Amino acid sequence: MALNSKIPAGELEAKWEKYKSTCKLVNPANKRQLEVIIIGTGLAGASAAASLGELGYKVKTFCFQDSPRRAHSIAAQGGINAAKNYQNDGDSTFRLFYDTVKGGDYRAREANVYRLASVSANIIDQCVAQGVPFAREYGGLLSNRSFGGTQVQRTFYAAGQTGQQLLIGAYQALERQVALGNVTQYSRHEMLDVVTIDGKARGVIVRNLVTGELERHFGHAVLICSGGYGNVFYLSTNAMGSNVTAAWKAHKKGAYFGNPCFTQIHPTCIPVSGDHQSKLTLMSESLRNDGRIWVPKKQGDTRKPNDIPEEERDYYLERRYPAFGNLVPRDVASRAAKERCDAGYGVGASKQAVYLDYASAIQRYGKIEANKQGLTNADAATITQLGKDVVKEKYGNLFEMYEKITAENPYEVPMRIYPAVHYTMGGLWVDYELKTTVDGLYALGEANFSDHGANRLGASALMQGLADGYFVIPYTLGNYLADDIRTKSIPTDHPAFVEAEKAVRDRIEKLMSIKGSESVESLHKRLGKIMWDKCGMARNEQGLKEAIEEIRALKKEFWSNVRIPGEINEFNPELDKANRVADFIELGELMCMDALHRNESCGGHFREEYQTEEGEALRQDDKYMYVAAWEYKGDSQFEMHKEDLVYDIVHPTQRSYK
Amino acid sequence: MEHNSMNLTLKVWKQKNKNEKGRFETYQVKGISSEMSFLEMFDVLNEQLIAEGKEPIAFDHDCREGICGMCSMYINGRAHGPWHHTTTCQLHMREYKDGDTIVVEPWRASAFPVIKDLVVDRQAFDRIIQAGGYVSVNTGNAVDANAIPIEKHSADEAFASAACIGCGACVAACPNASAMLFVSAKVSHLAMLPQGDPERKIRAVNMVQQMDKEGFGSCTNIGACEAECPKGISLENIARLNREYLGSMLSGGSQNSI
Repeated sequence: MALNSKIPAGELEAKWEKYKSTCKLVNPANKRQLEVIIIGTGLAGASAAASLGELGYKVKTFCFQDSPRRAHSIAAQGGINAAKNYQNDGDSTFRLFYDTVKGGDYRAREANVYRLASVSANIIDQCVAQGVPFAREYGGLLSNRSFGGTQVQRTFYAAGQTGQQLLIGAYQALERQVALGNVTQYSRHEMLDVVTIDGKARGVIVRNLVTGELERHFGHAVLICSGGYGNVFYLSTNAMGSNVTAAWKAHKKGAYFGNPCFTQIHPTCIPVSGDHQSKLTLMSESLRNDGRIWVPKKQGDTRKPNDIPEEERDYYLERRYPAFGNLVPRDVASRAAKERCDAGYGVGASKQAVYLDYASAIQRYGKIEANKQGLTNADAATITQLGKDVVKEKYGNLFEMYEKITAENPYEVPMRIYPAVHYTMGGLWVDYELKTTVDGLYALGEANFSDHGANRLGASALMQGLADGYFVIPYTLGNYLADDIRTKSIPTDHPAFVEAEKAVRDRIEKLMSIKGSESVESLHKRLGKIMWDKCGMARNEQGLKEAIEEIRALKKEFWSNVRIPGEINEFNPELDKANRVADFIELGELMCMDALHRNESCGGHFREEYQTEEGEALRQDDKYMYVAAWEYKGDSQFEMHKEDLVYDIVHPTQRSYK
Repeated sequence: MEHNSMNLTLKVWKQKNKNEKGRFETYQVKGISSEMSFLEMFDVLNEQLIAEGKEPIAFDHDCREGICGMCSMYINGRAHGPWHHTTTCQLHMREYKDGDTIVVEPWRASAFPVIKDLVVDRQAFDRIIQAGGYVSVNTGNAVDANAIPIEKHSADEAFASAACIGCGACVAACPNASAMLFVSAKVSHLAMLPQGDPERKIRAVNMVQQMDKEGFGSCTNIGACEAECPKGISLENIARLNREYLGSMLSGGSQNSI
């Protein structure tokens, strides 16, 4: 099937306006007859469910957690971008668009990114109207801060809990629609297949995770809003339950998977402390606003950080990238940390860490504060205390979290940080309308591949999730459903439902019958190690080829030796996990194939064979300026389709943050 | 920081499902590092049980960074264990020493029935939010975000109330299993913002009614909820809810239309 991205004709600025004014509409009486299924209730799913419920569609939402409010969007810390230009610092829709395309290393679609930038301002308006308590200045207006990869202040935030506040806003809007009877919500339910009839998505098979029973649900359309797949690496900043299963089932039912190897490794996470580690914790990118990143100038320096004098420290980001300094984009900052650690300058017990230091920010803020208070002869201790108070006000909850995890006080000792898997730019391929290659099957938020190219800028994930859910899908879904108003609800005893349910049941029974000796957890850990070592921050041809073989062997072992305790028809978290890990293994193989085929470095995809003399990513625009969309053709069989990327407005250059 | 290794005795509540009676089961875990989180210690125990062919312990958890509100263990008689302002997932084993015995139970409240072992059903909280914990504004209705300035102090206070993670520790800690801290945090969050003002009366009444309907107990000002809340939600919220509730009852705001 040839890929058609369905980008509307016309000037970049006019495309979305034109689309909105000319797309087909569904009248209110017909909306009441149309059923929409939404998988996942994070920012994308909850905002879509609320907005579609408000329009009058009959919506069902499903999430595996015990409440929609638990979705992992809740853990986003730093903020959400919007081109409001409230700071009068030169921001505009075009600049947000430009920064995002450049930040993505020229592997995103211009038209999608422009639409994202242009609805960004509406998102902030909507959230404030819902009662989201963003940070404010004393004059009562909204506050902004800076984030990586930009030179303006366009990030709106609520302390270090922005994702929480935005998700609660969307959740409350969703619960209102539940109360009004427009949305039915199913918690502790996991989607295990998409049902297609005559080539169109017409429903899902879900498993009730409390009873273990399988259920069939019909929908005129199905929206996959199930987030990203960073947990393929086992250790990531994702929640323990975050998984690829819904997206992977969609893929196996015909939805192409776009750029699966594009993974974001976040530079500032708390380093691994031992083999017991179950997940990694992010320290918000906002910390790079004021914190300075350094390693000792001497290799293998074992002195305590505070004993290393200023002139013996290497502030390597400031040295290498004077224009952006500590605020370079995530992929650049992560690689630079890895480069220093690999070269023997790493710190901490594992030597796999660098320092994020607040000492100079504390002094700077302390002096400003002393000035404000008219303390002309403040002593050093007073200035330090005043500075600590300011830092606490800005980042207190993050510092507290760091101390709980590491038992070190970051006000006194520099934090140790190291990159960790955080986000996946890849995902289900979608066209301009967010529709996958299967009719009636859509993907929103992190689950799709669309807007971030090969690297996402900080504070843009929240923006994209909410843009898709609040402001894009209400139009594009109507454009599809307008042609479907004559389709009556299909009874779920239709053979397609029966068959899909049987396939799901067979797979679960097969898993339970293996009764091997290795736990799901240990197999997942082994998959994660292969992925991190060979398809992580740096990749090369030989490693990727080995990884593919190792994953195939692991798949065999999984299906012959996994041990799942308990029964099918009960609350059984080990079985839930086994279902997910089986899909991660298949995905991991595809990620390595994608990384192997892309003989270039771009954004988060760094192939060691393709770098500049200075160690920067070296793109091959003449060969790889396309989206790789993979079609599932059977076990370990994938066929690649290309969507060429055309840049009418932005001229791709080598990204420079120097 | 020093790493210690310890052996512990765990007494954990086991219950097959909501209909069967539960009991405490005793387990020994060895070689627990002081750097582990409390839930990672449970991961070790569960891996050990699976290897022995036994059934692991079911417990709720997801983000493991203290924000999703999913984890819910009652540890040695305290919701989320001994650390102040900390969820179970952020509690670390350096709190304990070799040879300790730790008792772990689920949240206990009739409005939170046990699903299995340490897992409880908290959907009652969703239904309380459905009763009015929102601003009735449809997508696309909003004015410019800076059109209505909000005093910084009010915005900060609203944020402090909105920081609730809906974990239910307040209910578990309360001898009456009251949900007043949860309800009052939401009522306060929205009442302190101009956007929430038009519905504030009806919201307080409807949410309290739903709370009662769900079978949560009444508030007798004990304060255990505030003491155990991992997000430091203050008792002042309850005082504010009482004012909101009384105010709306007096002004005849008790109709429960939405």
